[in-house]
Amino acid sequence: MDGFDQFLGTSRYIASDELRQAVNVALALERPLLVRGEPGTGKTVLAENLAESLGLELIRWHVKSTSKAMEGLYVYDTVARLHDSRFGDGDVRDIRRYIKLGPLGRALSATSRVVLLIDEIDKADIEFPNDLLLELDAMRFRIDETGDEIAAVQRPFVIITSNNEKELPDAFLRRCIFHYIEFPDRELMARIVRVHHPDVEARALDQCLEMFYGLRELPKLRKRPSTSELIDWVCALRRAGVDLNRIGGGIPFLGTLLKNEQDVQVAQKRGLA
Amino acid sequence: MLIDFLFELRRQGVAASAHEWLTLMEALELGLHDSSLDGFYRVARAICVKEVGQLDAFDVAFLAHFRGVKFEAALITGELLDWLSDPRALEGLSESERRMLERLDLDELRRRFEERLREQKERHDGGNRWIGTGGTSPFGSGGAHPTGMRVGGGGGGRSAMQLAAERRFREYRRDAILDVRQVDLALRRLRQLGREGAPEELDLDETIAATARNAGELELVFHPPKRNRMKLILLMDVGGSMDPHARLVERLFTAASRVGRFARFRSFYFHNCVYDEVYEDAEFRRPLPVADLIGESSREERLVVVGDALMHPAELLSAGGSIYYHRDNRSPGIASLRRLVDWYRRAAWLNPEPERFWPRSTAETISTVFPMWTLTLDGLGHAVRYLVGGADRPAAARAG
Repeated sequence: MDGFDQFLGTSRYIASDELRQAVNVALALERPLLVRGEPGTGKTVLAENLAESLGLELIRWHVKSTSKAMEGLYVYDTVARLHDSRFGDGDVRDIRRYIKLGPLGRALSATSRVVLLIDEIDKADIEFPNDLLLELDAMRFRIDETGDEIAAVQRPFVIITSNNEKELPDAFLRRCIFHYIEFPDRELMARIVRVHHPDVEARALDQCLEMFYGLRELPKLRKRPSTSELIDWVCALRRAGVDLNRIGGGIPFLGTLLKNEQDVQVAQKRGLA
Repeated sequence: MLIDFLFELRRQGVAASAHEWLTLMEALELGLHDSSLDGFYRVARAICVKEVGQLDAFDVAFLAHFRGVKFEAALITGELLDWLSDPRALEGLSESERRMLERLDLDELRRRFEERLREQKERHDGGNRWIGTGGTSPFGSGGAHPTGMRVGGGGGGRSAMQLAAERRFREYRRDAILDVRQVDLALRRLRQLGREGAPEELDLDETIAATARNAGELELVFHPPKRNRMKLILLMDVGGSMDPHARLVERLFTAASRVGRFARFRSFYFHNCVYDEVYEDAEFRRPLPVADLIGESSREERLVVVGDALMHPAELLSAGGSIYYHRDNRSPGIASLRRLVDWYRRAAWLNPEPERFWPRSTAETISTVFPMWTLTLDGLGHAVRYLVGGADRPAAARAG
């Protein structure tokens, strides 16, 4: 297993064996990596840490419900050009001035290898991933307005995250390496918390995890607290100087863990708030 | 042969194609699996499985294909020899452990290993003899015998067989029952986009054309944004045998009635079977004759009926068969159902009862009239595709 970049996790990001292997497979085969999992399990952070550990630039594309695949490549600002032609600002004959590359466009025109994060692809329209197929496959595109061909010098490493909200099209999935981030078990979670709060006492951490997993197992929760919320919670407890060994009865700062009024009520009924 | 694993995967419902298989071969050629079964499990899973719902099917297929150790034997013997011939591996051992190791020389260890491989038929955890995990036999994974041989897998970690056997992804199976969010997502596909309403979006093409016509004087043209024009009628069976499914139906209702989802959404209730009337409330106080429902809705509206379709045959097939004797229905239930199906261009029936309960019941009869699917993620997905106009009717309904 050598001859290509390898991801081993970083000092600030603990990756499970499965995740590491999935990343390395995607790196070696130069395929996009599709990461799914509950919100707050570190899908986006993975891209940041991967870019850091490989020493590559990270280009982010945060997908919104209104995002169009085309915007990722480039936007031709017609209205600005019309405006300029009307009011006489700048040289309207040079179309290139009005072409603005999107995140995918920038990743493909980069001179060295980059990591491209397409975040929350499921937020966009159902057809969005299909519109990206050709560009992600060939790693090249054409700007119709100018006739310029842009082809990647080195295939960018593409990480796509999805909150598992929507079925992605088969043709799109075919091309991806898939990894589902499972919710960490206690052991892995303890290591993850340690990375963020290295000096928490073992007993206190144990206490926190006990409460945290207890809360997650409550039936009928609409949004179960996740890793990122646990880390925030431990942070809040420490800032406020709560003695972690002596948490009893209700959970302090419940608001950092539960973000939904009904969920708080469920916790209250169980005497956790 | 390894190719059988592909067919096993497909048999279990993992949608792996030749495309995935070739990718997997490429990965194996690059040695991405670290020449171990655990590595193979992870690499194959990352490549072949594309959605959470198929992870469990993958585990099942993996277990079925790799249960028993025959396949591993050749590979493991090689690994065993490598390990034993690598002096660095012995560095971590204490003096006494090294003395113990000398008691078992290589040929002896190998002979015993193969012997035991032949004897052993099943997966094994714990214990002190069989090749397995967590034991003190000299062979296995995650064990504690000082001269032991790790058979595949990272030391201390869980092996692929164990991982697969845990079947942790069982709850993500697609044929399991739904929650509101999943229903929501399935219903998102139920749409017909069209431009209607107030002009709010800049129409670029028209703007350019108008500006050109205007001799370069900027002229902005707007058009209404795309909206879902789909209209839906949801007809729900409540009470009686439907009580166990109340939460499921409620979830479907919650997701379907979300504001802005459909151009028009109406819901009605019935009990057991639709007779001459449906009801606007679940207490059956405000009746609406089926004729009126049909009269005031367009054929383009989509009708979705949710019910277990289980009743006494007379309740479905005879006039006056309503279980409420004072509601003397003039036409049999099946006739009312047929009127509905005939009017709406696309209508579907979602049945919360599993398909295996349908045969030889009224559900079977109704499914010859109404295209019927189970109320699971898969069933709902099919129904939605049918309603939008894509998929065919299920087999039973086609015959009728």
